[in-house]
Amino acid sequence: MALDKAAVRKIARLARIRVAEEELDGLAVELSNILTFVEQLGEVDTAGVEPMTSVVAMTLPRRADAVTDGNTADKVLVNAPEGTGNFFAVPKVVE
Amino acid sequence: MTTLTDLSMAEARDGLRARKYSAKELAEAHVAAVERIKPLNAFITATPERALAAAAEADRRLARGEERAMEGLPLAIKDLFCTEGVLTTAASHILDGFKPPYESTVTANLWRAGALMLGKANLDEFAMGSSNMTSHYGPVESPWRRKGDNRALVPGGSSGGSAAAVAARAALGATGTDTGGSIRQPAAFCGIVGMKPTYGRCSRWGIVAFASSLDQAGPLTRNVRDAAIMLGAMAGHDPKDSTSVDTPVPDYEMALTGDIRGLRIGIPREYRMDGMNPEIERLWEQGKAWLRDAGAEPVDISLPHTKYALPTYYIVAPAEASSNLARYDGVRYGLRVPGRTLDEMYENTRAAGFGKEVRRRVMIGTYVLSAGYYDAYYNKARQIRTLIARDFDRAFKVCDAILTPTAPSAAFALGEKMDDPIAMYLNDVFTVPASLAGLPAISVPAGLSGDGLPLGLHLIGRAFDEAGVLKIAHVLERAADFRARP
Amino acid sequence: MTTHAPHLIRGESGDWEVVIGLEVHAQVTSQAKLFSGAATAFGAEPNTQVSLVDAAMPGMLPVINGHCIEQAIKTGLGLKAQINRRSVFDRKNYFYADLPAGYQISQYLQPIVGKGEIVLDLPDGRGRTIAITRLHLEMDAGKSLHDQHPSQTYIDLNRAGVALMEIVSEPDLRTAEEAGAYVRKLRSILRYLGTCDGNMEEGSLRCDCNVSVRHPGEKLGTRTETKNVNSVRFVMAAIEHEARRQIGVLESGGTIQQETRLFDPATGTTRPMRSKEHAHDYRYFPDPDLLPLELSEAEIERIRASLPELPDDKKKRFIEGYKLSAQDAGVLVAEQAAANFFEAVAAGRDAKLAANWVINELFGRLNAAGKPIDASPVAAERLGALVDLIQDGTISGRIAKDVFETMFETGRDPAAIVEEKGLRQVSDTGALDAAIAEVLAGNADKVAEFKSGKDKLFGFFVGQVMKKTGGKANPGLVNDMLRKKLSS
Ligand SMILES: [Mg+2]
Ligand SMILES: [Zn+2]
Repeated sequence: MALDKAAVRKIARLARIRVAEEELDGLAVELSNILTFVEQLGEVDTAGVEPMTSVVAMTLPRRADAVTDGNTADKVLVNAPEGTGNFFAVPKVVE
Repeated sequence: MTTLTDLSMAEARDGLRARKYSAKELAEAHVAAVERIKPLNAFITATPERALAAAAEADRRLARGEERAMEGLPLAIKDLFCTEGVLTTAASHILDGFKPPYESTVTANLWRAGALMLGKANLDEFAMGSSNMTSHYGPVESPWRRKGDNRALVPGGSSGGSAAAVAARAALGATGTDTGGSIRQPAAFCGIVGMKPTYGRCSRWGIVAFASSLDQAGPLTRNVRDAAIMLGAMAGHDPKDSTSVDTPVPDYEMALTGDIRGLRIGIPREYRMDGMNPEIERLWEQGKAWLRDAGAEPVDISLPHTKYALPTYYIVAPAEASSNLARYDGVRYGLRVPGRTLDEMYENTRAAGFGKEVRRRVMIGTYVLSAGYYDAYYNKARQIRTLIARDFDRAFKVCDAILTPTAPSAAFALGEKMDDPIAMYLNDVFTVPASLAGLPAISVPAGLSGDGLPLGLHLIGRAFDEAGVLKIAHVLERAADFRARP
Repeated sequence: MTTHAPHLIRGESGDWEVVIGLEVHAQVTSQAKLFSGAATAFGAEPNTQVSLVDAAMPGMLPVINGHCIEQAIKTGLGLKAQINRRSVFDRKNYFYADLPAGYQISQYLQPIVGKGEIVLDLPDGRGRTIAITRLHLEMDAGKSLHDQHPSQTYIDLNRAGVALMEIVSEPDLRTAEEAGAYVRKLRSILRYLGTCDGNMEEGSLRCDCNVSVRHPGEKLGTRTETKNVNSVRFVMAAIEHEARRQIGVLESGGTIQQETRLFDPATGTTRPMRSKEHAHDYRYFPDPDLLPLELSEAEIERIRASLPELPDDKKKRFIEGYKLSAQDAGVLVAEQAAANFFEAVAAGRDAKLAANWVINELFGRLNAAGKPIDASPVAAERLGALVDLIQDGTISGRIAKDVFETMFETGRDPAAIVEEKGLRQVSDTGALDAAIAEVLAGNADKVAEFKSGKDKLFGFFVGQVMKKTGGKANPGLVNDMLRKKLSS
């Protein structure tokens, strides 16, 4: 499927990646080429085939309900580019 | 005496135990080698002090006779593994300055086995690439050159720095991660051994995720025995990874018996592709002959969905990556590029922080998961992944392992194929199917191309039969007797 | 299902029907989070109950809390729902500052619990069945604090990763009152099961209200979703306001936007949420870090066997066993602790009398004091002892009220209070004879009036005798004796 500029703009927006207006055309071509490449999957008859959810033949392991972590605000916050006290900070969001 | 950096891991281990040299001497030789190969750009961060401190501890343990499986063996660590207090970048601008307050399970296992870290090896950004040219820290050069041509070559990718460091004798071994061929292809390009174990064999905890259903850690070493030693230390059940399998880790070195008589080696007819490089085809035939000479029985097999593996991979991997990389948002760690609103901050940060290939894959992944396209792309790919896994299940009813080439060509020059992502993706055509099926696979250096570059052969085994794969690889290695050096 | 008369809202263009579906987010009662070992306790210092997994540090992986799975199964069974033998955890992808990974782990196409039901207890004593669409497990997001700084929002991840059950109803509800009854009933069931503490002030139970309006018989109108309403009263107010707003918009020729709204308790109104203005595309897909959840029949049966008696069954038993009215039984079973309290009081006693004392006296007094039943100063045995004193004639019902008041203040044994204050009922006919004779002698005029036909004065004489005995006279005995005296 060939993507147009508007579609690329929408994808970039969903992925939260700023794309300059003049880059949109080039990206549309690149992404369309990749889509054309993967679209050969359309040839395969997959009627009734279970989509793979996990390649590992095992069941979901469960942990016990015990507090084993936390009280590590220093480790959680140490790499934060911005913050105050014990908080992370971001530009103000208006709900 | 051979120089210390020429030793294999097994030789170095035995030499340390025999007191032929100290761990300190071994570490110093490698620290110097890391320094010497700086022009290759194989390391993002060198950690010589750390290596030397660990060597001192190794010497103390050796002196007390308390040495562990990998005591004093210096390694390069792909910079996708989080290492406590040491810059971890995934070769991305977006992880600027990130020092994890935690250690990945696999590296922790290695340190527990006595190994020591020389530094963090360069890679393709977020492990997305087959050339190591997508790194924010610049490309890695292979230590190899074509005969009569001094142009720099790629080491392959994404574990390109790891492969280059091991091939250039700056580390006895290195960790890699393999999502679609990222250990095996650079191993083949650099003339070393690279193994991707079964999905679930090595913990993914603490490894920066690319595509979670495919990512597996594995060793890059200079021979099969070293791969067996190192995998034994890396592998094991980890309750912190829900996809880590609780099954015993055998002594892989013990599996190297040299006896493969009666084993059936599958030769998949679909891997013989149109326009296949005759050198690669010849090497493959040679590999078959070597194994037959060793008493194994080559059998023709069919993996009918082979041609769909690459397109399947290029839906599944970017889809997962688009979600895995959503956490790089400028809030809790790494780069932040300011914006007036939260969304602007996100968009600015992610545009500046991700390189071109990462942006491209995140966008493709976002698209194939989006409303209206999910079934046609992502779900279709998951269905074909089931078919590909079934192909292998059927094949393993008639054979014990599968032999293929590792890559469709030898290493290419730095900067080549950069303008055509799909041509680049084709590098992984032989390695991706085993990744999709979660199977263990290894690349063994088996010969040289006409212009003098290494070529690898690739063995795929049954799930959790790393021992079987290593055993056959060991026989192949002996037959190939690959002695070329960069 | 619905012979129930719809409560319509009268508008200019005729009657309007309100169609309501609720999505309740109930915090699973657990020590640790759904996918990490950090604590869930309420009220901790910011970012102290956060693991590296909750903060979505690179390479961190989720491992599920088995107890939370059992809690979800238990809740499903309590809602008489289908438990799915296989369910899948999906990633719901969207960017928000309090969602560290950029996705919420939730369940989309294959939830752990399928269709179930809740029976509402309507004020007229009848039940109304509301269908449950599904229940799924998911992780909570963190908390954004918008009012701490002029240009920044602060993020606290303590809640991030806490286990939630999202319980979705069919759009079967028709009035704000029904919606309120639904939330109360759901909360009651969750508390009985011990799977959610139902504490709405602390956010353990939050409600998203999907509301649309239509003229009866027409197809469904466009709905709005009012998010995170955190009390029963607010749920009712938000629905009431939203229904009237939508009717107003439609009747003035406008159209309803499908949108997410917020309820403002200060004004009792809803408004569109600005931060969610972009159309969402959540790109759900199975989380590759987790495997599908498979449940065995044996596990489900083991949990089924551990279920407590639930409010509906208990109510039925109270009506049939104790011969209580549906109304009284409903009040008593709403909270398990209250029901237990009642049963302790009623044991071996007149159950109706016991119910009357628990509901009218104790609940009334507890409500006034703002105390929950488990903080009652009057223990069940003591209230039972009080009922015994009434039943065996030691004190009258009226005196009992005074004794109860003292019990509520001091927590003391009723018999001791009766003894100490000399409140024992007077059933000594000699003493009563004397008192009656005194009263009749002192009111000769009234006696004459009575005898000439003014029957109403009988009560006056009873009152005077009671007064004379300080209220302690056995009222039945006084009645009998007076009647005999006056007719002689
Ligand atoms: Mg919802
Ligand atoms: Zn939800």
